[in-house]
Parts: sequence; C-alpha cells; structure tokens
Amino acid sequence: MTAHATGTEPAAHDEADDEPLYEARRQIYPQRVHGRFRRIKWAVLAVTLAIYYLLPFVRWDRGPDAPDQAVLIDFPSRRFYFFFLEIWPQEFYYVAGLLILAALILFLMNAVAGRVWCGYLCPQTVWTDLFLAVERVIEGDRRARMRADAGPWTLEKVTHKTLKHSLWLIIAWWTGGAWVLYFADAPTLVVELATFQAPAIAYASIGVLTFTTYVLAGHMREQVCTYMCPWPRIQAALTDEYALNVSYRADRGEPRHSIKKAAALRQAHLPAGDCIDCSQCVVVCPTGVDIRNGSQLACIQCGLCIDACDTVMDKIERPRGLIAYDSEANLEARRAGRPLVRHIVRARTILYAVLILAVAGLMLTALARRELEGVAAIHDRNPLFVRLSDGAIRNAYTLRLANKKLTERSFRLSVDGVPGAWLDIVGAAGDLSVTVGPDQTREIRVLVTTHAPLPPAASLPVTFTIRDAATGIAAHVTDHFIGPPESAP
Amino acid sequence: MSTAHDSPDAHVDSATGKSTTGHEWDGIRELNTPLPRWWLWTFYACIVWSVGYWFVYPAWPLISSATGGLIGWHSRTAVETQLADLTALRATSSARLANVPLDEIERNPALLSLARAEGRVAFADNCAPCHGAGGGGAKGYPNLNDDDWLWGGTLAQIQATIEHGVRAGDDKGHQGNMIAFAGVLTPAQMSDVADYVRSLSGLVPAGEPAVARGAVVFKANCAVCHGDDAKGKVELGSKNLTDGIWLYGGDKATIVQTIAHGRGGVMPAWGSRLPASTIKALTVYVHTLGGGQ
Repeated sequence: MTAHATGTEPAAHDEADDEPLYEARRQIYPQRVHGRFRRIKWAVLAVTLAIYYLLPFVRWDRGPDAPDQAVLIDFPSRRFYFFFLEIWPQEFYYVAGLLILAALILFLMNAVAGRVWCGYLCPQTVWTDLFLAVERVIEGDRRARMRADAGPWTLEKVTHKTLKHSLWLIIAWWTGGAWVLYFADAPTLVVELATFQAPAIAYASIGVLTFTTYVLAGHMREQVCTYMCPWPRIQAALTDEYALNVSYRADRGEPRHSIKKAAALRQAHLPAGDCIDCSQCVVVCPTGVDIRNGSQLACIQCGLCIDACDTVMDKIERPRGLIAYDSEANLEARRAGRPLVRHIVRARTILYAVLILAVAGLMLTALARRELEGVAAIHDRNPLFVRLSDGAIRNAYTLRLANKKLTERSFRLSVDGVPGAWLDIVGAAGDLSVTVGPDQTREIRVLVTTHAPLPPAASLPVTFTIRDAATGIAAHVTDHFIGPPESAP
Repeated sequence: MSTAHDSPDAHVDSATGKSTTGHEWDGIRELNTPLPRWWLWTFYACIVWSVGYWFVYPAWPLISSATGGLIGWHSRTAVETQLADLTALRATSSARLANVPLDEIERNPALLSLARAEGRVAFADNCAPCHGAGGGGAKGYPNLNDDDWLWGGTLAQIQATIEHGVRAGDDKGHQGNMIAFAGVLTPAQMSDVADYVRSLSGLVPAGEPAVARGAVVFKANCAVCHGDDAKGKVELGSKNLTDGIWLYGGDKATIVQTIAHGRGGVMPAWGSRLPASTIKALTVYVHTLGGGQ
C-alpha cells in the first residue's frame, strides 16, 4: 500500500513522553456526492427519520380502558403497547427476545454485506448525515467550508455559523422532543410542551437529548465510531473472507498514474492502473479514511466512495467498479488470476439464519400462546398453619389474579389437592367469584381450611384454579398446604 | 521509563508507522494511541468538578463533626424530608379510611386492600415484635390468625383492644387477669385441676380419677371466671380452655405454673400512639388474618 497511516510524523518525536496526551482532531469536510448509494442513503434516512418522528402520532383503537397510541411505553401504569401487542412488565422476556433477534440480524447482515448497519441504519450515521446536509446547504461544499474555516471571521461566516448551529439545535431539540412522545399520549404532550404545562422530566429529557444529539451528530461525528463504539471491534471478529465489504480493487487500480500518463502507457501496452489518484474517494468519506488502504476500523462502509469513484470512472471512460462491494476472497482471486467466488450460502450465514428463524419462531409461539389470565400465590410465612378452636387446620394464601383482557372479567375460584378443604375469600362473605377490572390485577386473601386428618408435618400440593365465568378458560397455580408437626390429639 | 535508544526510529512501530510509548516488554512495545482532545478535557473537567463536592457537600472530617457544605445538605434531614413527604402522600388515602365504618371498609374491595396494605406496614412496625411478623403469636402473645379470642374477635372488639390495650393502665383498657392460686390450692389440687383442664381438649383421658377430683376444684375456684363449661368469658378476658389452643402452653407443668402464679400479660394501649386511621387499618388487617368474627 502506498499511503501511510495518517497523523504520524515519526522523526518529529524523539521521546514518546514529549508527545501531547491527546490526538488532535482532524477536521473532516466530506464533499457532496451523487450516485446509487447516496440515493439509497437518502431513502433510508427519510424512512428511518419519518418512523422516528411520526410513529408516536399513529393511533390504534384499544377501546375505552386503554390508551389509543400505537406505540407507547406507559411507565406509570407499567404497560408497553405496540400496535396489537400489550406487554406487562413480567413479560419483559419478549423484549429480551427482540434484542437477541436484533443482534442475530446484525450478525447476518455483517456476514452477507459487511457493516450495513454502520453505513446506512445506525442513528449516529443517519443524524450525522442529516447534520452534514444542513452544513452543506448553509456553508457550501467541502472547498467553501475549508476556505471559510481557514479564513478570518467575516460577517458572512458568523451568519453562516450561527444559522447552522441554530438549525442543528432545532433538529436536536426536535429529536429529543420526539423521544419523550413515546412515553405519554403524544398529541396531549405536544400541547402541554407548547404551553409549558408538561412535567419537568419531559423538559429535562428533551434537554439531555438535545445536547447529546447536537454534540454527537454535529461535533463528534466519526469520532463516535472510531473511539466510542464497540461495534467496529466486534464486527472485525465477525467478518470473514466471503463477506461483502466496500473494497478498492488494487489489481485494477495500481499502479496509479495521471490520466495522460496512463493513456500513454496503455498505448505502449505497458501496465497502467485505473486509479488516477484524484482522491475523490477520500474527500467524500464521512470518516476521512482512504479506502485504498484496505479494510479498516474507521470505515463505516457507507458506499459513498463507490459513488465518487464511479462518477470519475464514467468521466475518464473507464469501467465502473474500481471501488465496489467485494469480498476478501475475490480480491485475492483477482490478484492470483483465479475465477471469482460467491458464497452467500455458507456455514456462518446458515447458522445465523437458522438461529434467527428459531428465535423468531419461539417468540411467535410464545406470543400466540400468551395467556390473558393468570394467578399467582404466596403462602403465609408466619404462621405456616393455624389450628382453629374446633381442631380444623387452616392455611392462608395471598392470591394475585391477572386479567390481561381489556374488558372486566369474573373468575370463579376453586381449590384441589387437600382432602375435605373449603375456601374462603376474606371480605367476600362466602362468595367465590372474583371480579377483576380490565387490564388489571387484583390481590385477594384466601383461607383454605380442612377437618380431614392430616399426616404429621403434612405438606400437600394444593392447586388454585381460576375459571373465567363467561368463557370457561382457566389458569392454575400450585402451592403447598402445611399441617402441624404432630397430628391433633 | 524508557531507556536510551540508538536511533529516533526506535520509538516508531514499522508496521503501523505509529509512535510507541517507549515501554518495552521482551521486545514488544506498546503503541501510543492517545485519546481525542475533547476526551482528555472531559477528564480534566471531571477532576475540577469533583473538587466542588468538597465545598458543596459535607466532606472534611473535623474533630467532633465534619464540614457542613455550602448547600447545608444532611443525610438525616434528607430522610426526615422524605418521611414527611411520604406522610403527606399517605394523608389522602388515610383520610379515606377515617370516614368509613369498619364493616364497610371490609366490604369494599378497594378500601379493603388499602386498609390491609396500610395495616400490614403498621403491624410490622408496631405489633410484630410480640405477635410475630404475620400475627402468628408466641408464648404469652396470642396468635391472631386463629378464631380463639380472649377479648373478642369482632371488628369493634379488636379496635377497642388495640386502642386501649390490656392491663396497660388505660381506664378503658381490659383489666381482668389470672389470679395466683399458690396459697389457695394445695399442690395436689393444682395437679388435679391441671389434669381436668387438659382432659377438656382430650390431652388426658376423661376417666382418670384425677380428672374427676379436678372437676370439683375447677367448679369451686375457676368456673367463676372461665365459666361452668370452661369456654371462657370475653368480658373478663378469660381463656377458653376447651379448644386445644393455648396461650402459654398446654403441657401440664406450664398449666400448673399458670394456676400457681397467675398470668397478667400486658398489651400497650395504642390509641395515644397511633392515628385513628392507622388503628382502623390495623383492626381490619387483624380481623382479616383469618380468625375475625
């Protein structure tokens, strides 16, 4: 490779201790670029941002006893709504499953086409792209920005910078604002925010997210990827020689010559690479890397250098694809003159696909079998049992009935497992039906009493059943019925 | 620190072109990968920020105390503020209990669960040391889960007992106690009457001669308070001796001891210590433990 890693001047430092403790920022001025991947990136940006900003306003009718917001994280009543789904806190495993699924999909994307996530979908990339677009519209393209930054502070520069940072802050504020809308009824909260009636935590959250968005997307940009994000490191361990990555085809590009010299060499049937060292691939790069140095940590594989190079190849009438999505195996094959190989279906991708299907299948099964009623029991700990004046033995339990339907339901309670036992619900005056409100739980104290003789130190499994009076659907819970150490005299 | 090197390039790694820190282990050198400038500044800013804690919060130990801190924060005051906030928060729910009769609280599921929740906490704070965490009782301290009540198990009776206590010096409190019979009965009579009492719950066969002798002694000395049927009297707080439930123990030695020396356990009067709504919550809680009448 021709170029050195940037930013080091070996001879300048005799002693390591004399070096600054920090790595000075190398300001990057990505140039505007047109092409296929730029269009894909605009489309992805538009779709992802539209989802993020507009989703809280989508309505979903759930009846009178539940909120009508399609996606809502309702912390006060501890419910998570996602369109037709409603998750209770104890069902958080669905979210865990979703995260596992997301990780596996990330792995699969990586095995097939490299850092698709980094280049197109990551919020850091999307918002940085948006902020760069704003910067370009106000301050002009790469050269204009570099000239302005190097030059003195003129009225125009001050105006431009002020305008840019104001627009950045507005976008950042809107970003934070959209975030809080996922936690409360969006239209109501928007009005409250506008009239300064919203809770303090809403303003605080917006403030924090405004700050982080402005700093991360406006100022830190590629440094987030190179210094803070763990994914580039993990990704390096997950890739293999068949994964598609944005690659420079050194076999075609080298040796580099100017257009004229390359043409002359070709006329003389001497080797001349297609790369004319125009640096277009470097100047358009949002992280400032030179893709011709090969696969590297800072490269987020957004494909913008492909667009830049293709544009140049069209102009100099050479075939496109000097920089393109390619695999390590093919780069090697080209170098050695072997036929190209494509291995999308391979052990790694099959494994990820199978795991994705398995986890998704498990989750769908769990969702389909999700029970809309439940009962849990806690046995009294002190005392474990009570002997009544007529010699009967009684155990007390706290039962919690859950009704996950959005309508009020009546359950009939019964008990099995203890000979001769009968049930009492405290406060119910002998009534064994329990009404639970829509989407609610209800705690009841239950007494199980029996006259039947029990073996010494009895510990009998006892099953409580709640049965929906209307549909007959039942839920069970099993606990223990404890007897005295010795049987009664 | 680094040792002397022959050439300046000794500090540059040839593979990456990066300088090294000069640290060397068996020929392996550490690449110098400095943090970005803003990161270093954030680090310095954190150090400066941390100095602020010395002055804003209590920090420097003095001989008998510590520096107070500029904002006057104190952990004890913080706890007190939180407790006061909590009490204020509870005031609304407590007020709901205060205005509703006890039996209505038990019939209303929402009020019942509120009263039981408040009662459970108050019970753990005030009653559990003697009666046990779940009211299971201990020797001399009644089990509140069973249906054997010394002073009555209705809501009103339980409320009165909690409010005025037992032998606690409260004018309206329960006063009766078990008299010591050591000088009145002979040891043999006490033994006989103990056998008789045990026979009432089947611990001694009814045909024993001692039981018959004890029955005579019982009628003459004990029936006044415990009743002819030995089932006890709520107005006197005398124990039901027929139900196999014992306050001090049902073995013969304990019963003889009870007869000889009497019993006079004390329950504090809570009326002057707890708010009325808390006593109501406690009443409902105890009543719904399982034995309430």
